[in-house]
Amino acid sequence: MQVHEAVGGVALAAALAAAVAGCGGSSSGGTKAAGSSPSASAFSGTINVFAAASLTEAFSTLGRQFEDAHPGVKVVFNFAASSALAEQINQGAPADVFASASTKNMDQVVSAGGASNPTPFVKNVMEIAVPPTNPAHVATVNDLANRGVKVALCQSQVPCGATAEQVFTKAKITVKPVTEEADVKSVLSKVELDEVDAGVVYVTDVRSAGTKVKGISIASNVNASTTYPIAALTHAHNSAAAQAFVAYVLSPAGASVLTADGFEQP
Amino acid sequence: MPWPLAVPAAVGALFLLAPLVGLLVRAPWSGLPRILSDSHVLSALRLSLICATAATAISIVLGVPLAWALARVRVRGISALRALVTLPLVLPPVVGGVALLFALGRRGLIGQYLDHWFGLTLPFTTPGVIVAETFVAMPFLIITVEGAFRGVDRGLEEAASTLGASRLTVFRRVTLPLIAPSLVAGSVLCWARALGEFGATITFAGNFPGVTQTMPLNVYLALESDPEAAIALSLVLLAVSLLVLAGLRDRWLRPTAAS
Repeated sequence: MQVHEAVGGVALAAALAAAVAGCGGSSSGGTKAAGSSPSASAFSGTINVFAAASLTEAFSTLGRQFEDAHPGVKVVFNFAASSALAEQINQGAPADVFASASTKNMDQVVSAGGASNPTPFVKNVMEIAVPPTNPAHVATVNDLANRGVKVALCQSQVPCGATAEQVFTKAKITVKPVTEEADVKSVLSKVELDEVDAGVVYVTDVRSAGTKVKGISIASNVNASTTYPIAALTHAHNSAAAQAFVAYVLSPAGASVLTADGFEQP
Repeated sequence: MPWPLAVPAAVGALFLLAPLVGLLVRAPWSGLPRILSDSHVLSALRLSLICATAATAISIVLGVPLAWALARVRVRGISALRALVTLPLVLPPVVGGVALLFALGRRGLIGQYLDHWFGLTLPFTTPGVIVAETFVAMPFLIITVEGAFRGVDRGLEEAASTLGASRLTVFRRVTLPLIAPSLVAGSVLCWARALGEFGATITFAGNFPGVTQTMPLNVYLALESDPEAAIALSLVLLAVSLLVLAGLRDRWLRPTAAS
């Protein structure tokens, strides 16, 4: 249980409501505190946010902003492949919020009773990342099928791997990667280290990598997208703050941070 | 046994055994044949056995002479060298993998020349897996064998020398047979460590079924998609480890059997 302290001149009723919601969160449905206003600073303690690796930069910014708006709240992130996070949550990991890079991995948590009513909040499309010198002269997605081009992809159970496969199916090509990485940031780092000629990642990853990689766009008629759902978890220890964080991500302020990083609205 | 010793001892034993029991309890015994006959699993198992054996062979060829040098050569800095070559024992394997990338990767210190001159790149290849496993496992062989070299009765070597044997003959015919039990123990340790290697492998060699996806990588990644398969694979690795332990124990109990 979290220790709740009313901070500053917050109304006693609001503090009590938050405390009740926070304490009850571990045993009951997490939706009752929905709609709590992000301006209330009655939350305290730590919230554990399990988020897709591709959200690393955007969510780190959102976490800092949320902490600034709610002194006393600490947002702790676990960024990894959505498939890995879904498995961790279903095994009982102490997560309060789950932001998945695909509806499939969120559904795994929902069907295990870990979350209800997830909300789609962004959409992401794929892009080819190559080292700045583009050693294999990759120009289109079709070049990835060439045997001489070393390609890194995500594992097929990871959203970025599944979405890349959709791209290849649409483009009617077969890509034989040299490595299937555990999450999208591992693919990106293999490109940054210049160990592979190309990696298929999200447009947001190319943008966050700055000058360390070069982006080669995928034609929109063959490109594929994935939708990111978010939910406060049923077994959240800090349910009220978790709901507030989700509300903040869904708010116009949250959306503007995500859009600035290259995410599209769902 | 006094209780201040008995209680922590019992807790310690339980702590070490509980995870293994957990694995056995959760094991999908009825689905085991189906999971273990999967072609992905078989190729991962084959790859693991091949790579661990190759890594052990390389470790013996390079590690035994190095251990001999560390035990016998008297020059300044040899103890510093000993500390450095056994560093991978305590280094987190992921750090080892990163270091290997910067040394032998396509743009690495040495790797760029391998690529430039011979068109040879190690990351994402089976030889890359063997390199990563050798890096992590060889120190286990070195420290075991080095200890044995130190313990060898120098009188026997000197006797061989006075009878006219060259230094290499002494090493081959006298020293090596004397340390054989330690060499076997060190090789088994090295092989077991190579078989279980994860961090350096996934960092340096990547992950692709049949090429670089060894059993530990398969276990880790299967946990996300098919937890039952992960448990089944873990059981296989557990069985192999137990076999190694049993074999090793036998060697240690009858040290003369090896020669």
